[in-house]
Parts: sequence; structure tokens; C-alpha cells
Amino acid sequence: MTATSNDKDTAQAAAEVEMVTGVIDGHEVTVPKGTVIIRAAELTGVDIPRFCAPPLLDPVAACRACLIEVEGMPKPQPSCAVELGDGMVVHTQLTSEVAAKAQAGVMEFLLINHPLDCPVCDKGGECPLQNQAMTTGNPETRYTLQKLTFPKPINISTEILLDRERCVMCQRCTRFADEIAGDPFIELVQRGAHQQIGIGEEPFDSYFSGNTIQICPVGALTSADYRFRARPFDLVSVPTTCEHCASGCSLRTDYRHDAVMRRQAWDDPEVNEEWNCDKGRFAFPYLSLDRLSGPLVREDGELRPASWPEALRLAADGLGRARGRAAVLTGGRLTMEDAYAYARFARTALATDNIDMRARAIGPDEAGFLASQVAGTCGPTYAQLAAAPAVLLVAFEPEEESPIVFLRLRKAVRQHGQQVVTVAPYPSHGSTKLSATLVPAVPGAEAHSLAALPADVRDLLQQPGSVILVGERAATAPGALRAAADLADQTGAHLGWIPRRAGERGAVDTGCLPGLLPGGRPLTDPAARREVASAWGVAADDLPTSAGLDLPAVVAAIAADVATRRSAAEQGDEAPANTIDALLVAGVEASDVPHSDALLRALQDVPFLVSLETRPSEVTDFADVVLPVSVVTEKEGTFVDWEGRRRPFARSFPLATTFPDAEVLALLADYLDLDAAPRDVPALRAEIDSLGAWGGERPWPGAAGATDTPNPGPGEAVLASWRLLLDRGIMQEGEPYLAGTRQPSVARVSAATAAGVGVPDGERLSVSTDHGTIALPVEITEMPDGIVWLPMNSPESRVTTTLRATPGDTVRLGRE
Amino acid sequence: MPLTPVITAHWDDPHSYTLDSYRRHGGYTALAQALKTDPDEVIATVKESGLRGRGGAGFPTGLKWSFVPQNDGRPHYLVVNGDESEPGACKDIPIMLANPHALIEGIVITCWAIRASHAFIYIRGEVPMPIRRMQKSVAEARAAGYLGKNILGSGLDLEIVVHGGAGAYICGEETALLDSLEGRRGQPRLKPPFPAVAGLYASPTVVNNVETISSVPYIIKNGVSWYREMGTEKSPGFKVWAVSGHVTRPGIYEAPLGITMGELLDYAGGIRDGRDVKFWLPGGSSVPMLTADHLDTPMTYEAIVDAGSMLGTGTPMLFDETTSVVKAITRWLEFYRHESCGKCTPCREGTYWITGTLEKFQEGRGSQDEIEDLVEICNQIMGRSFCALGDAAATPYAPSLALFRSEWEAALTQPADEAFDPAATMIIPSMSGVGA
Amino acid sequence: MPLTDQTAAECRDLAARYPDGRSALLPMLHVVQSEEGMINSAAIEMCADVLGLTTAEVTAVATFYTMYRQKSPGGTHHIGVCTNTLCGLLGGDAVFAALSERLDVGSGETTPDGKFTLERIECQAACTHAPVMTVDWEYFDCTTIADAIRTIEALAADEMVVATRGPAVRGWRATERTVAGIDDGLADEARCVDAIMLAGLEVAKEKGMTAPDPGKGA
Repeated sequence: MTATSNDKDTAQAAAEVEMVTGVIDGHEVTVPKGTVIIRAAELTGVDIPRFCAPPLLDPVAACRACLIEVEGMPKPQPSCAVELGDGMVVHTQLTSEVAAKAQAGVMEFLLINHPLDCPVCDKGGECPLQNQAMTTGNPETRYTLQKLTFPKPINISTEILLDRERCVMCQRCTRFADEIAGDPFIELVQRGAHQQIGIGEEPFDSYFSGNTIQICPVGALTSADYRFRARPFDLVSVPTTCEHCASGCSLRTDYRHDAVMRRQAWDDPEVNEEWNCDKGRFAFPYLSLDRLSGPLVREDGELRPASWPEALRLAADGLGRARGRAAVLTGGRLTMEDAYAYARFARTALATDNIDMRARAIGPDEAGFLASQVAGTCGPTYAQLAAAPAVLLVAFEPEEESPIVFLRLRKAVRQHGQQVVTVAPYPSHGSTKLSATLVPAVPGAEAHSLAALPADVRDLLQQPGSVILVGERAATAPGALRAAADLADQTGAHLGWIPRRAGERGAVDTGCLPGLLPGGRPLTDPAARREVASAWGVAADDLPTSAGLDLPAVVAAIAADVATRRSAAEQGDEAPANTIDALLVAGVEASDVPHSDALLRALQDVPFLVSLETRPSEVTDFADVVLPVSVVTEKEGTFVDWEGRRRPFARSFPLATTFPDAEVLALLADYLDLDAAPRDVPALRAEIDSLGAWGGERPWPGAAGATDTPNPGPGEAVLASWRLLLDRGIMQEGEPYLAGTRQPSVARVSAATAAGVGVPDGERLSVSTDHGTIALPVEITEMPDGIVWLPMNSPESRVTTTLRATPGDTVRLGRE
Repeated sequence: MPLTPVITAHWDDPHSYTLDSYRRHGGYTALAQALKTDPDEVIATVKESGLRGRGGAGFPTGLKWSFVPQNDGRPHYLVVNGDESEPGACKDIPIMLANPHALIEGIVITCWAIRASHAFIYIRGEVPMPIRRMQKSVAEARAAGYLGKNILGSGLDLEIVVHGGAGAYICGEETALLDSLEGRRGQPRLKPPFPAVAGLYASPTVVNNVETISSVPYIIKNGVSWYREMGTEKSPGFKVWAVSGHVTRPGIYEAPLGITMGELLDYAGGIRDGRDVKFWLPGGSSVPMLTADHLDTPMTYEAIVDAGSMLGTGTPMLFDETTSVVKAITRWLEFYRHESCGKCTPCREGTYWITGTLEKFQEGRGSQDEIEDLVEICNQIMGRSFCALGDAAATPYAPSLALFRSEWEAALTQPADEAFDPAATMIIPSMSGVGA
Repeated sequence: MPLTDQTAAECRDLAARYPDGRSALLPMLHVVQSEEGMINSAAIEMCADVLGLTTAEVTAVATFYTMYRQKSPGGTHHIGVCTNTLCGLLGGDAVFAALSERLDVGSGETTPDGKFTLERIECQAACTHAPVMTVDWEYFDCTTIADAIRTIEALAADEMVVATRGPAVRGWRATERTVAGIDDGLADEARCVDAIMLAGLEVAKEKGMTAPDPGKGA
């Protein structure tokens, strides 16, 4: 463990980090200066009891369970708070009677008011109190007086229940809420023996609340969802990766029989540390909700169950007929391997480059940006983010859109004063918790704000290691992505792109965009095409040579085909060939797409539609063939997080009988009599790896210039909107307790804008387009005049479907 | 040893609390003197004087001041601890009522020394009179130019905020006091960092007791050698003793450290009705009890420790032989149970357990095992709790058992009120005496 | 009584006295308690709103300190009797028992007419003046059972009652404002220096004892 002088790297590290050497229970241990004794002891294999000292919270030394003896100090010392000093001689419970007695005394105290209801406690079997009572406690209690009692569990939110009798006051939960999440909605209340955890007038509606259950060292905090449903020792645990966003959290999925019982954060210091968000933790009931049990085929206008061979035959025939005139929409939720299989299937089986993974608002610059700046690259990383002196956020709300990125930023702000600057319409709650400086931006005109960035912000970004993070929403602001990339070039800041969905980054890397082949290879580059063709075992000439259509273009093309067919019919002419004869759609929720009405019409109008889905949807409603596919627990795969880091995961249910998308595509290829494509995950990964990243030029063809800042008239405003972490997303369905912790839906405008339309604070504001109206209580917010913010996809506010609007559009305001 | 009125010397002036009276008795001359002296020299003077904190711990005051980093670019704060809540302690509030300007002058001098421009006087909330009196006096001092901008042309700017608490004994602990003053639960903070480095608002802060700061002007004015003429080498100077309990004339007696309890008791007219002292506590309920055997022990920090107790706040409580030890100890433990902040396990759970058990003894329902168990349970708190409150709660029982074991054994069956007639312990008539 | 904008303004003024406004939370809670008679939801929400805290953070503080009433509004007058060891044994217990019987309420309870809230209180830093009673937290030193009953009866009859070391009592809610640091103009109402505080000085004068002469040394 000590540095050797001939090891340059280690020597350098030692020069940077001062090391100290102490003795713990007779064993010498060398640790970085500042390491507390309890951690140093862990390195020697000595486990000191503890309740209040999880590694990622500031020490409080409150529970006193970890008292040890330090030579030269008169009293036992809390090993969670005292740093190991050079030459310090420490005796833990293993070698010190004093320490052992002090620990046993604390354990006895902790149990006098504890109900000892382990047999009916959710924590029983995985309970630090239970375990340490066995290792450290007395077999019999001397306490014979009345125990303090409290009414059994109280809801501190719809999701979290608190049993105060079991609580040992370690304050892990309150400290987590305050230090890590920045949501001090739970606190210590009362004092002395009557001290307890409590809430104020509002519930514990924090996006990170579930972590408190996991770090609670007793059974005081339980979830409404899991309470009394399983015993830990009956569960099978599998490491998995969260499918909800691009943060890339490692999770532990616990299942019993064939049902997921709970999911917890898995410790991954490089990514999610020990935390995850409540969506990732609780939003899993959808996995078993309303599943398609077998293939469906359309007959006489109705879907009916069909055998796999029949359905595959029909699908292959339909797709085969459309070869060269098909399009593939993959959504953003596929694993990297599945996405790769679609990218490959489109270019080979369907001979088309019409492929788009984006089921959301997109912009003209985005494909070029992703191809040239993102695809096949890696970083910036969480570590770089944590170390950055300054971070600029562009059209990105980390707490809502990538919560673990938010936690890392908050940690950096708290620990080393990282300066966060956000280009946004107003300082959101999340930004406030990051003490972020606001660069006000009119939605859609972020490029202007970036161009006119204050000099001091540029100076911040010029500090080595600074980071610029652009959210996927930046795509809809013309010129913003280019401006951000230019800013990164000029300042030397790292540039990161953060999509919302877990599968988007993997889909970019594997070529689920028009004009983009796997590994960031430009389709138009002959060398790139050759590399891919060789890996796929096809002739380079067989691959499409010009960039295909993106989702809106596919929709438009289908509409144009219909118009052409209609006019040809009216003229009595023979209809010319369609541009799009077939659609292959995977995991797309139509309402996620702006102008979803047009998409729905295209799904209806396209001559042949194959849908690979897990459950009935608006897409399956129109499909000619529906092929059911696996959900994440039923397959192995990889999500690529926003960093570009692969997050592989194994199958949770080894006995699952469903097929992953890639396997269904391989079956289709079989029915199309094509050469065998890799169909299992190891083979797919091997092929992806053998291709690797593109080493050649990545041109970024001219980006759109910034558009003029919109100038709304009286009674109008520019729409600002993003998705809240907890909203009406379909992957949150089936978890009412989680839904109960959603933020209330409000519309935000400035005081002047509210006054302009005569709506007082708290009254309902109506926001309208020609298509519809959303009416919400207004919350007067410090923000530029002439902007209205709405939640994008909340129960009372569905911007894409009700207003059919995207951020930056002008909308009408009024009093409901 | 003679009495030596210093802080209390002019209290018989009917308006002793006014600026006028204070100045007539030499007030604010020390300030003018100090402001002409280099701040480091002021610190050195206080260091040399040997003044020790009067809040209970007796930490050398000048040394505490010298821990404040200089030229660190951060604001510095002085916080005066006027949260006098220790059972038995009743000397800071009289000082604030009778001689508020000594405290203010002391604050200005201290702030000059530690380079602070903001001071706070934290006064417990349950006593409105010193709050309003200190506020008025601060206003007087401000109007006279002793506070505000550029005090006496020295360049020192200083504002004092008088702050009322809300009922929590633990706020007498300096870091709990700082959390309370920041608008939080008054629970002690982890040290290090110590307040001198990261105190109020995480800035360098000195926390001193009212009596300590009130002593400063007299030391500056009269000099170190004058101060050291009183007291001993390790416990120099004068002290405001508040003598209470079964004494003939309870009250405030100012005398040098080193005076004996016997001497103080003589000045106070002895135990009431010529009775004998049964036990006494030199400085609050948190120090071990002593008996008549210790009446000749000099009241210095060091000698009282040698006798098995602590000087604490220097406010002796004396009880005569009518007093039930069981009842006295139980009541103090009820206090600690009530005031335990809840932060650490030994104090929170231990005070709850001990007190519940003691209450059984008080009712005559103790058990032989528990007599010994209680010693062990106290030892499970002593030195293991987060702050001194736990130690304080663990202190009273063991010495009382050592000195009065028979009373505890009697309490296995006999309620305290049967063993000792409560009416006999009282110093007031036991009946209302109002014509029925 | 609903909290008014004026109360909010007072709270903001208190916050402005400190380098960090949160320091005013204890004083603010006293002010809102003087309006509401207790710390209720409205009181907590106002403090949270003024300081930009969560209501949980305010609740955490409000429930820590014993002067804030959590369960029911306090009566017109708060009657405290110190029943810590020294005062209690020297007479406080008997005073409390007499008052409890006279008012027919226990500790922390308020008489049905809302006039008195009786409470056992901890050491009031006046042990030299035992047994100590307080009315609206003003000192009623060296009380006897008879004194205490007389005081209650005078208050019940709305007569003026003057503290031993303090002004005439004005009701508990008024004191809450004083404790918050809002000037009540009563600082000079009473001398507050009594024979007990002068006991040592009198003996010294009687015996000709003084501190050393500063001129003499060094």
C-alpha cells in the first residue's frame, strides 16, 4: 500500500496526497491524510460497528456505536470522525476492553427504546441494528422500564412510511435529504428521548427520497410499495442498469419467483455512487403491466393472436416487399445491442438509411452535432464533472432530466464550490439547489444567449477542466448546438450531451440516425461504409449511400405518398411507387413526438406497419404485425450512459421466455433468407467492438443559424417546457405511491406577464394554441416577461398532444 | 479571605445599571485605554492576567482569543454566552441586570482584540428583564459613541445584537449556542473545527461567558499585577460567587478565587437555623457533590478538582441535613433527561433510563441490583457522549452513592418523602398561610 | 387570529438585524407565537416563507425549544414555578401544588377561561432567590405559597401585579415580543437590584473589605 520510489505514477500521486501511517489493532496502515479511523480500519479488515456513518455523508459522531480507544486520548473516540494521524495507535473492540465496553454500552442504550419487532420488520435479515446487536450487544437486557411508543407507521409521503419506534436517530435520512439531495423536507423534531424524524407542513416529496429507506440502518423507513411484501432472504438479487434515463445508474433488482419486488441503488463510485432517483427505484411495476403475450396479426382490420411463425412470415413478407422503401423508428429506450441490431437490419435487410431513434422534438442541427461530436466518443465523465471548477448547463435541467448528474453537480458545489451557470428561462428549483447563476434565455433562442454570454462566465469556462453540458432540448433551438460546440472550442471546456432516455446514447453510437453508421461513421464516407460492410458481411455497394430520412421526414413522406396516391386515383393514373412502403417501429410512444397527430396518421396510412412492443400502444393499434419483445428484466444488454460509458446488465429472470428485439430481428432476417446476423448479446457486442469507433473525419455540415428571438404580442408568450422527472410517462405507470410524490403542475410566468393577462398568483392561467388549451394554477416566478413555462408531460399538462406545441412556439395566455 | 467587590462594587448605586452610574465609577476608561493599544497586546494582557472562562470549563480566555486567525479576510464574531441555565448558576443575569455596561465595555475591548465588528449577546429566552436591559444599554452605549462606526476614533466599527433564546439548557454549550444563534436546533457541533476557526456562519468566533467578558474592563483598567494580587497562580482574580440553598443570607458575594466555601458560608450567615451542611455543589448541578469535609478547600479550579469535584460556574448550592439525597439527585436527572438534546445515543437513552430508574427509588421501589447497575449505566455515558451534558448527567449519582449509600438502600422500600419530610426541607411556610 | 402583513414585516425586520437572516428564526417564532398563542401551521409557514426555509426546517427548530407551545395556545398569563432541585425542595414543589390545586390545572395546561397557563419550569438562574415563580416570565422571587396565591388572585381580578425584579406584568404574549428583541420601553421600569444581589457588597462594606487598590500594585 505504500509508494515505491521507482513507480513514477505512485510517487507523483503520493506527492499530491499526503499519506499518514498509523497502527490499528497492531497492524500498520497507510492512508491519505484526512481518512477517518473507521475507514482506515476497513482497509485492515476490521469492521467497527456504526449507525450514523455511511461513507458519503459528513461525519456527525452522533450514534457513538463506533467508539474506539486511541492511545494518549483519555476518552474513547468516535472512529467515524477522528482522522487517523501519523503514528497514531488505535485499538478497536478487537484489542481494547474499553472500546468493546463502550460499544456494548451504546448498543444496550440503542435497544432500550427499540421495539425488537424483527420478525415483522421489513429490514429483518438485512438490518445493521440486528446484525450489530448480535455481534456487539448483550444477550439479555437490563432495561425493565416502559419503552417509549409511537403510533405505528406514519406516511411522510405517499411513498415513504416512518416507524418512529424503530428509529435510532442516526440522522442518515435527514442528512441525506439535506446534504445530498438538498431537500430538507424531513428533519429531527422534538428533542431528547422524544426526538424523532418528522416532516413539516409538506410531505417528503423529494426525487431522491427512496435512498433514505436504503441507507436507514433499521426498519424505520419503508416504502408503501414494498412494505410487508417479502423477506430479504427470500429474494434473488441481480445487478442491473436503470432503464429510465441516461444517468446510467447501477441498480440491484430483487425478485422473487418471477416478480420484481424492489430495486435499490447499487454502489458504483464512478457513476451513481450509492444513490439513485425515485423513478429508478420505484417505477418498475410497468414491467409486468399489460404485457403482450404473443404475436398479433391484422386480419379483416382487427388484430388477432397468431403463432410466431405466422407472424414472422407475414412481417418478413411485408418488410421484404418494401426493401429500399422502408423506415425504422426505434425510440430511445433500446439497449445498445438492440439498437445496433436495428441499425444493421435497416441498412442490410431493408436496404434503407431511413432510421431515427428520436421520438421527441428534434432540430435541424442535431444529427450533424451527434454525428460529429458525440457518436462513438467517451466523456466528459462523472469524475470530470465532479472536479470541474465550472459547469455551464444549456437547455438542461439536471434534477428533472438526469438526476444523478444533478447529485454530482450538487456534491461538487457543496464540496469545492463548483460554479454552475445555467442557460434557461428561469432559475428552477434544481438550479437554485446548485446555487446556479442564471443566463436568461428565451426558449428557442438559446443560441443568442450563448453568443452574448457574459465575459465572466466565459472566464469561468476557461478554467481548465470546466464542462459544458447540453441537454437534448438544445436541438430545438436553432444554432444552439453549434454555439455550444464553438464555445467549448474557444474556452477549452469539455462538451457533454445529455439525452433524457437511457437508450439514446447507445442508439447514437450504433448508428440509429440517418446518415450515421455505427461507431460514428459517416454514411457518406466510402471508407466508413467499407468498414461497416465488411463487418456485416455485405458488399459496400449494397449499403445505402445517401443519408436517409429522419422521423419528421418519414412522417411527411408518408403523408406525401398518400396525397400522391389520392391525386393519382382522382386522375385515374397509376400510382407511382411510394417513398415509404413499410414502417418498422420499436418502443415509440406517439405522444412523445411533437405533432403526434401527424405521426399517428402516418402509422395509419403507411401500407405496412410492423411493431415490436412490450405492451399495447398507439403504434400496435395500427400495426399489421405485432411482435412482442422482452422488457429489461428479461434480457441482457447494455445501456450507454450520457458519458458514453457502457453499462452492461444481465438478465434478471433467467427463465424468461420472451425474445429481445435483436433476436426478433434475427428471426425476421432468417425469414428473409438473409445471412445470419448476430442474434445474441455476446455476438452483438463482439461485432460492435470489432467495428470500434471511427477514426476518420467527422464533418459537421453547415448548421442552421440562430433564428430571431420571438417577439410575442399582447396576450401571447413564448412557450418554455420540459419534462419533470415524475410525470405521466408510461414507464411510471402502475406505481400510485410514486405518482403521489409528483410536483403539483403549475404554469410559471413573470409577475408582469401574469398581470398583463389579469391572472393573480395561484389563479388558473390558460395557455392555448389553435389545437387546445392547458389551464393550470399560475405560480409567479422570477423570469423574463413574455415567457410561459408548462410541465411537458404531466397529467394536467400534456404539451405535445394538447397544444401540439414545442418550446419556442408562441402561445396565447388568458384567464380561465 | 476578604470579599473584593469589583464587578459588584457599585451595585448599591440606585441606578447602577445606567451608563451614567457606570461612568461615574470609572466605566469606559479601560476602553479608551485599550483602543490605543495594539489588539495583540490586549490579547497578551488578558493572557498574562490568567483570566479563565467563568462559564464552567475555566479555559484560559486570552488563549482562546489568540486562536482566532488574523488577516484571514473573513469576518470575526464575538458571541457572549448569557444562556445561564445550569441549575445553581445565577450570577450572569445579576451582572446583566446590575452592571450591563461592564459587559458592553468588555465586548468592545474583546472585539478590538480579536478584530470583530459584530457581537452577539445570547440571553436565554425565559428571562425577559436582562434582555430588555441589555438592549437598552446597548442603545445607550451606541448613543454615547461606544458602539457604531469608528468607536472613539479608533477605526473600530462594532454592532451588538441582543438575542433571546427559547428554552434549551444545551445552548449553554458553545457550539450548540452557535447553531441556535444561526436559527437551528441547539445541538452541539462536531469539533474540530473549533469556533475560533469556524464558528458563527463558519467564521472565526470567540464564545465567552458574561462574567468573563465583564471582568475584562477591570483587568485592562487596573492591570495584570492588580488582578493577580487576587486568587492563585492557576486561578487568579476575582469571581462573582452566587451562594444559594439552605444558607441564612443567600446572595451574590464577590471574592477572589481561593476563598473557601466555609468563608463564603460565614459571610452568608451560615446554614439556616444553625443547622449543618449535608452536601454542597461548588458550581452547578453538573459537578460532583462535596460535604462539610470540604468546606476548607480553596475554591480554585485546581483545588476543587483535587477534592473530587469541579469549580464549574462557581455558584455553590448548599443543602442541610433535612434534604433527601435521593430526591435531589432524581430531580437533577429529570432536568438532564428534559434537556438532553437527543443528538447522541448515550445521553439521549441513558438519561431516559437512569431517570426512570431513579424515579422508582424516589418512590421507594428501587432494587439492590439497580443500585449497582446505575453506576455502570452512568459509566456507559461518562466520557462516551457527544458533549458535556451527558457527562454532567452521569456525574451526580455515583458520588451520592459513595457518600450516602444508606439513603439509596432505604429507597428500596421507603419513598423519599417518607424518609425526609418535605416540609422540613422547605424555607417557606408549608401552608398557604392566607386566611382561609 | 390570522397572521398579518405587519407580522411578516416585523419578521423581516428581525431578519435584517443579522448577517444571515436565519439567525432571526428564534425571535421570529416568538413574534408569531405572540400573535397565534402557539406555534401552529400558520406560524411555521410564515417563518418558512420569510426565510426561504422548508416548513420541516422550521418545525425542527420550533419543537426543540420549550418556550414554543406546540399543542394548544397559552393563556393570558403564563405562571411558571421552578421545580428544579433547589427551588423545588426549598418550596417550589409546594407552591406548584398549591397553584395547581387553586387553578385546577396540571403543568402545561391552561385554565378553561384561558386566563392562566401553569407550568413547571427549569432553573431560572435565580437560585439565590429561591423559591422562584415567574409570571409571563418576569421574576417573582422568594415566593411563598401565600404570595403565589395572592398574585394569581390579583391577576384574576385584572389588578396590576408587579414583578420583584421586573416591570408590571402585561400578559404572556407581550413578553414573547420582548424576548424576540422588540423594544417594550420597560428597561428602566424596575431597578432589579435587590438585597440578595447586594448581600456580599453589604458585608464587604460593613467589614471594610475592598478589592486591592490599583494604584498600589506594581
